[in-house]
Amino acid sequence: MTCVETQNLFDAYVDGELDWSLKIAIESHLEGCPPCSRVLASLKLLVSAMQRETLRFKAPQHLKSLVLSGIEQANPVVRRSFVDWQWFGLAASIVVIVALSWLVATRTAKPSLETQRIGDIVSSHVRSLMADHLTDVASSDTHNVKPWFTDKLDYSPTAKDLSVQGFPLLGGRMDYLENRPVAALVYQHHQHIINLFVWPANENTPESRSVHRGYNLIHWEKSGMTYWLISDLNPEELTEFASLLKD
Amino acid sequence: MPKREGLSDHNELIGFNDAVLPHMDAAYNLARWLTRNDHDAEDVVQEASLRAFKYWAGLSHRDSRSWLLAIVRNTFYSWLRQRSPEAPRLSDGEFDDADTDTPNPETAALREADREMLQSALEDLPVEFREAIVLREMEGMSYKEIADIANVPIGTVMSRLARGRKRLQSILVHQGVRR
Repeated sequence: MTCVETQNLFDAYVDGELDWSLKIAIESHLEGCPPCSRVLASLKLLVSAMQRETLRFKAPQHLKSLVLSGIEQANPVVRRSFVDWQWFGLAASIVVIVALSWLVATRTAKPSLETQRIGDIVSSHVRSLMADHLTDVASSDTHNVKPWFTDKLDYSPTAKDLSVQGFPLLGGRMDYLENRPVAALVYQHHQHIINLFVWPANENTPESRSVHRGYNLIHWEKSGMTYWLISDLNPEELTEFASLLKD
Repeated sequence: MPKREGLSDHNELIGFNDAVLPHMDAAYNLARWLTRNDHDAEDVVQEASLRAFKYWAGLSHRDSRSWLLAIVRNTFYSWLRQRSPEAPRLSDGEFDDADTDTPNPETAALREADREMLQSALEDLPVEFREAIVLREMEGMSYKEIADIANVPIGTVMSRLARGRKRLQSILVHQGVRR
């Protein structure tokens, strides 16, 4: 083999993709050819550099739960789990019965407003994490975010800068809850996204904490505004963040 | 009547979790190298997982890593077309090979290349070279597996790898000289 022919096979040789006869041909050429050996050495160096573990990106922690909640949202049926076509007829009649009793039940005992509201907040949070809708105004500068809301809402949420404390502001977003547009402030802590929903209310409800579909929520009221904080961040750090916001 | 169609079973989600979620790192790594930024990579992986789940039912006897990576790759290309309606210009034709000269075996430059230099050199490669190199070096895939994922003949995989590596060497050597 000539040098050119040999070198043309180097990649397949390093990748272990050559049959033994070509392998032997290359190796015997290399024995008598220092220039080709140098080319091969340099290729091997490059290959091992590219295989360094540090070049490999690791999926961020929140990605798996995002993926799962995305799948659940797009395929609500996977959570129910009983629809099998063979049983469709039976299932359909059960559905009718269940629907009727549900109707009756809801007349008598509506799901509490609170449960419904928490469900809406969780959905808004999950939606915001999906493709391209985290922020309408992306800015870590509170002086940009606050006026942006003032133009669009009849109230003005405070956008605190807590980046020094480890909770940088990513921006703001208009959202829709309780039949009204509300402000959503988006913060981040490490890999976790935190949504803070703010709107005017004076219901004098006490501060509350809850966990819903794996998300932690904290709710409080202050100076005529109601605040809902939600994230997949652990409860301790979320509580710490809430107290920073309340200060 | 078909026994089951699509995703009508909770078990489907569990099976999907077990088989596909362990490859989230591989999926993200490929998406991250293709899109070259975190945010877009996450979008691509999420979209790809939705697609994967859609076609998951009944496809249990396969290499789920290759299968997922093929979906990630396809999702990336449709995402790219949506962004810039002109198809990505592939460099596999006759027209562009500025760096075909075999670089001097500047082994010193390669030895000293740090992570940042390697990353920027790889990001500078045309996308079809980049994907071949990521699948080969980081996922350890064979030419056959890469060919299946990229939907090209094995010979094309071989030439993309060879040309991609030549370019990398040349970029790294020039970077090394500039330093």
